Amino acid sequence: MRVPGGADIATGGVLLAVENVSLAFGGVKAVTDVSFDIRKGEIRAIIGPNGAGKTSMLNIINGFYQPQHGRITFKGETRSKMRPHDAAKGGIARTFQNVALFRGMTSLDNIMAGRTLRMNKNLFWQLLRFGPAMNEEVEHRRRVEEIIDFLKIQEIRRTPVGRLPYGLQKRVELGRALAMEPELLLLDEPMAGMNLEEKEDMSRFILDVNDHFGTTVVLIEHDMGVVMDLSDRVVVLDHGVKIADGTPDEVKRTQAVIDAYLGVAH
Amino acid sequence: MFYREAGQFKTTYQADQAVFPILQDRIGLAVILVGAFVFIPFAASDFFINVIMIPFLILALASIGLNILTGYTGLLSLGTGGFMGVGAFACYKLTTFFPGVNVIVWIFVSGFFATALGILFGLPSLRIKGFYLLVATLAAQFFLDWSFIRIQWLTNYNTSGAIEVPTRTLFSVPLTGPNATPQLRYLVILAIVTLLTWLASNLVHGRIGRMWMAVRDMDLAAELIGIPLYRTKLLAFAISSYYCGVAGALMVFFWYGSAEPGVFNIDQSFTILFMVIIGGLGSLTGSFFGAALIYGLPIVLKVGLHGLGWNILPATIEHLTFMTVGALIVLVLIIEPLGLARLWQITKQKLRVWPFPY
Repeated sequence: MRVPGGADIATGGVLLAVENVSLAFGGVKAVTDVSFDIRKGEIRAIIGPNGAGKTSMLNIINGFYQPQHGRITFKGETRSKMRPHDAAKGGIARTFQNVALFRGMTSLDNIMAGRTLRMNKNLFWQLLRFGPAMNEEVEHRRRVEEIIDFLKIQEIRRTPVGRLPYGLQKRVELGRALAMEPELLLLDEPMAGMNLEEKEDMSRFILDVNDHFGTTVVLIEHDMGVVMDLSDRVVVLDHGVKIADGTPDEVKRTQAVIDAYLGVAH
Repeated sequence: MFYREAGQFKTTYQADQAVFPILQDRIGLAVILVGAFVFIPFAASDFFINVIMIPFLILALASIGLNILTGYTGLLSLGTGGFMGVGAFACYKLTTFFPGVNVIVWIFVSGFFATALGILFGLPSLRIKGFYLLVATLAAQFFLDWSFIRIQWLTNYNTSGAIEVPTRTLFSVPLTGPNATPQLRYLVILAIVTLLTWLASNLVHGRIGRMWMAVRDMDLAAELIGIPLYRTKLLAFAISSYYCGVAGALMVFFWYGSAEPGVFNIDQSFTILFMVIIGGLGSLTGSFFGAALIYGLPIVLKVGLHGLGWNILPATIEHLTFMTVGALIVLVLIIEPLGLARLWQITKQKLRVWPFPY
């Protein structure tokens, strides 16, 4: 088990906080009055049964959904909603439950696309692909190669991602998110549909990202073993309501969590 | 056997990020360019240049324009003909207003008028995509087509309603008009098409190309990695229309010599769309393949069937062409949705590993 709350995390400031956030689609309440915070440098898991509002929560954090109520404080700035572009600019990266790669492009181009925000040479130089534009391209290629080495996907660099097996697609998607050099990395079920070996690899990558780059990670995952091992703190949602929040051990012992997962006798 | 990349080691990322990283590809390109610039103007007949090379290059340029929009950015458009017309009419107005300025300058400038209208008609693309955007661009096509016929100011109140291309010279050698030689017109077109293709290839291989393809493949994810969707789509409309506009201006000034307003109707848009689909969506090389096939097929049929000694009426040949092109489109969509460019890629891949299967 991971030692929760190293010195860094205990003293780490709050990177992102959601306060009393509610989101409804018509009559369907996806998220109701949820508050929690994410500290710098921690691995924070969001768990809950199907339909608990976990993915909706991520969508709110990176601005894809706009909550009707509540506030989001990110890096000290409070706002009633995020916008996707602000979230990306502020350093929030994201992977998706169903892989959302650019299928027609190679792994390399997918990860290079992740660096779009950091590339700024204008149309004129882009047209010439020379001088500043080429230098920029080469510089970012170097950074992308570091990520490719890190994720050990060198041999599929030039393969269109549509042809890759699922596990590798997930890895390329993680690479694309890492290419943004995010402060906050949102992972929506990074291990769904993987076998044990792939899960172990992916867990190792997540821990390494957290250790080496100091990236704060928010993780949605259904594999409880993975969640308990990886995360520093866990939020449990059920039917859009927060039912528990704390270290994996605390959460495991909470009666509401046990009830939500195992059901209650009526 | 000769198409191998064995032994070609890249030692810099710059070399690896090159548009043509394989030596044989670069040699092949050089051979094609030398042939096109040196061999064809001197060796080919006027007929070959006039009837085959000039139309092929111009249509390929228009296909590149549409390919940027449809193939790279995934935005369907049927406004190509209209945008080509904008280029042609803008060039005509400019050169009649300012006859002193060289017509080649106006060809390049007229593309910007198409850009402006392309951006205008691209505005709905934020909200709608797919077939619905197709309908919006159809509106552009019909509106522009209508304008060319109804607004007589565009043709300088010519009673026939057509553009008559005036004679324009470069160093007192006629470039356009009835006295221009096909060789010179061909060289001007070739230079412009080569330049614009090179620029397009730079663009699609860099940051902007990746932004376009990201929007095409998964707009949601593109937005969340910080690609501004609207601006990226409008940029695609702007650049695509520029290419179409220049192609339209070249078409009237260096190919037709005069143009009825009906030239830029919906049929033109469809023809270019077919070229893009058959050639290969998202491939610049494919645009040339598509243009060659769709434009060349009727000529090959005509010459071939006459060569066989069959005496066939021109109308029959036209119908044959329609049937063949239609069948080809259906076949391509079923067998290889990425078109001739993909077949070409597969061929190169096979050659690379020949004689082994993989």
